[in-house]
Amino acid sequence: MSKTKRIFIKGNEAISRGALAAGCTCYFGYPITPQNDIPEFLSTKMATVNGEFVQAESEVAAANMLLGAAAGGVRAMTTSSSPGVSLMQEAISYMAGSELPGVIVNVNRGGPGLGDIGSSQGDYFQSTRGGGHGDYRTLVLAPGTCQEAYDMMIEAFDLAFKYRNPVLVLADAIVGQMKEPVTPWEPKAADNHGAEDWCIDGAQGREKRLLKSLFLEDGALAGQNRNLQSKYEAMQAEARADVFECDDADLVVVAFGSIGRIVKSTVRRLRSEGKKVGLVRPLTLYPFPSEVLRDLAKQGKRFLTIEQNCGQMVDDVRLSVRGIADSEFHGHMPGDLPGSDDFIAPIIKHLED
Amino acid sequence: MSEKLVFDAPEIMIDRPTHYCPGCHHGVAHRLVGEVLTEMGLVDDTLCVGSIGCSVFIYNYLDVDAVEAPHGRAPAVATGLKRAHKDKFVFTYQGDGDLASIGLAEIVHAANRGEKISVVFVNNTVYGMTGGQMAPTTLVGQKSTTCPDGRCADEHGQAIRMSEIIGGLGGTAYCERVSLDSVKNIRRAKKALRKAFEMQINGTGFGFVEMLSACPTNWKMDPVSANTRITEEMIPYFPLGVFKDVTKDGEE
Ligand SMILES: Cc1ncc(C[n+]2csc(CCOP(=O)(O)OP(=O)(O)O)c2C)c(N)n1
Ligand code: SF4
Ligand SMILES: [Mg+2]
Repeated sequence: MSKTKRIFIKGNEAISRGALAAGCTCYFGYPITPQNDIPEFLSTKMATVNGEFVQAESEVAAANMLLGAAAGGVRAMTTSSSPGVSLMQEAISYMAGSELPGVIVNVNRGGPGLGDIGSSQGDYFQSTRGGGHGDYRTLVLAPGTCQEAYDMMIEAFDLAFKYRNPVLVLADAIVGQMKEPVTPWEPKAADNHGAEDWCIDGAQGREKRLLKSLFLEDGALAGQNRNLQSKYEAMQAEARADVFECDDADLVVVAFGSIGRIVKSTVRRLRSEGKKVGLVRPLTLYPFPSEVLRDLAKQGKRFLTIEQNCGQMVDDVRLSVRGIADSEFHGHMPGDLPGSDDFIAPIIKHLED
Repeated sequence: MSEKLVFDAPEIMIDRPTHYCPGCHHGVAHRLVGEVLTEMGLVDDTLCVGSIGCSVFIYNYLDVDAVEAPHGRAPAVATGLKRAHKDKFVFTYQGDGDLASIGLAEIVHAANRGEKISVVFVNNTVYGMTGGQMAPTTLVGQKSTTCPDGRCADEHGQAIRMSEIIGGLGGTAYCERVSLDSVKNIRRAKKALRKAFEMQINGTGFGFVEMLSACPTNWKMDPVSANTRITEEMIPYFPLGVFKDVTKDGEE
């Protein structure tokens, strides 16, 4: 891994540069705020890596172009924001069913419907429950800083090929639009985990290959579903969280992405006042870092989940600690930009409960 | 007595009975594609993008690499695949419900961008696989399971003519409508495929071949009457011919 000097860039640019560093050679996108910096940046940069940039006619088409490039075994991605990601779900389901690797970035904005163009975590359920039809999951990474956005793009491509599965990077308008110092780095040569053994690139000197999600023969779909489930089981090993000041904490706050990062400031401040509060910031949302939370529950910790939505990840926190503990919930409404002060009162309230 | 083989299938055609109904033209269209790919030496360089319709199993009959696209999205999938493998031959094979209804945006924009892909469009004026519902290509007056009294222009609009639309787009290099109703027309169809495929091979651009085809089952006809219907009802509304050929432009 070679590091270069720090640059001061937006999260959306960090996502774009991270993808290039990861060896992405095909990009497909459609304009939607707050992710437009990504296609704008890549429209000229893809050519410098001998790559392809296509402004698709819709997010439906962009996701299907991703499916096509993935079938060809190359590193490809699409980016969008909430309404656009809703349109991609059919293709993502096909990719999961056909076991095709690709990276989808969602710079989450407010919903439902057209919502607004401000930050939101309202797509947590859609991201972590598959999102489209059928029993499938995508790996989901949740950056909270511009550096994490860069790093997680590199990780996302590796995971996609390691598991032959779509990987979602769930950012939000805060991560996408804020500027921070980022240290770009170049990973060692991309490992596509033997993509040349399953991709379609012409049956020269080998048997033809078929990439599909249709399984009509008796028992075939059941077999494919069992196969997918065992893959999702294996993915659990990838669960990661940032555990901060939890050792002696009475109350553990659970928050992800940009909100996790804002809550970290709140926790720091409360710590300086002697309050026994800690933070678990899940870095992977699927797989969810349940073990970390369960271990803390066994130590007698209490939990408060904070999200910028009306209560979604809190379900996973409760499932993680079930039988031992529970979690309170504080929701910051999408449509309203939070600051670290906004979380003092709810944390104090539950700390003193 | 020794046997003499007088007619055989090219190796690319997998030797198995098809799932198609008697008199269905998908089998004929597959065979034409297989023959042209073989004659052009493309078999080992071909990537087939299948679509959703009765032909979803095309991969069971053609011995080439293949991927299955969601309903209507084959031109987008082919765009991604071709961009990933520019030196390979990429074609989609789509029905009229797939291409002219749910996938209208994808086909129009793939053509308009001038993607270097080839499209085989099998127009049988119905949603065959789902049981013969009205398609955007269903002729006015034609009965279907969702217009049992016949398509009504006032209520349902008229049949959409795809070759006329695709032929009018800047990125299209070759566009022709052919028919599979007679030996003469089938020969013409094969020539059209070859032309469209050549446009991709030599990097000229997007090739499109619409094939007027029979679905005797959903038309509730025997195969012979179905062929007659193509000749007498479809061809007058869907005129055969070349709608665009960039290699000929300016020659007239
Ligand atoms: C998103 C979606 N909508 C609907 C369907 C159901 N469906 C399967 S095949 C088909 C129609 C195919 O008709 P056509 O493209 O004309 O092909 P044909 O069977 O006539 O050759 C439909 C609507 C589907 N698979 N996916
Ligand atoms: S339903 Fe129609 S299109 Fe489908 S196989 Fe039968 S004849 Fe062919
Ligand atoms: Mg049809």
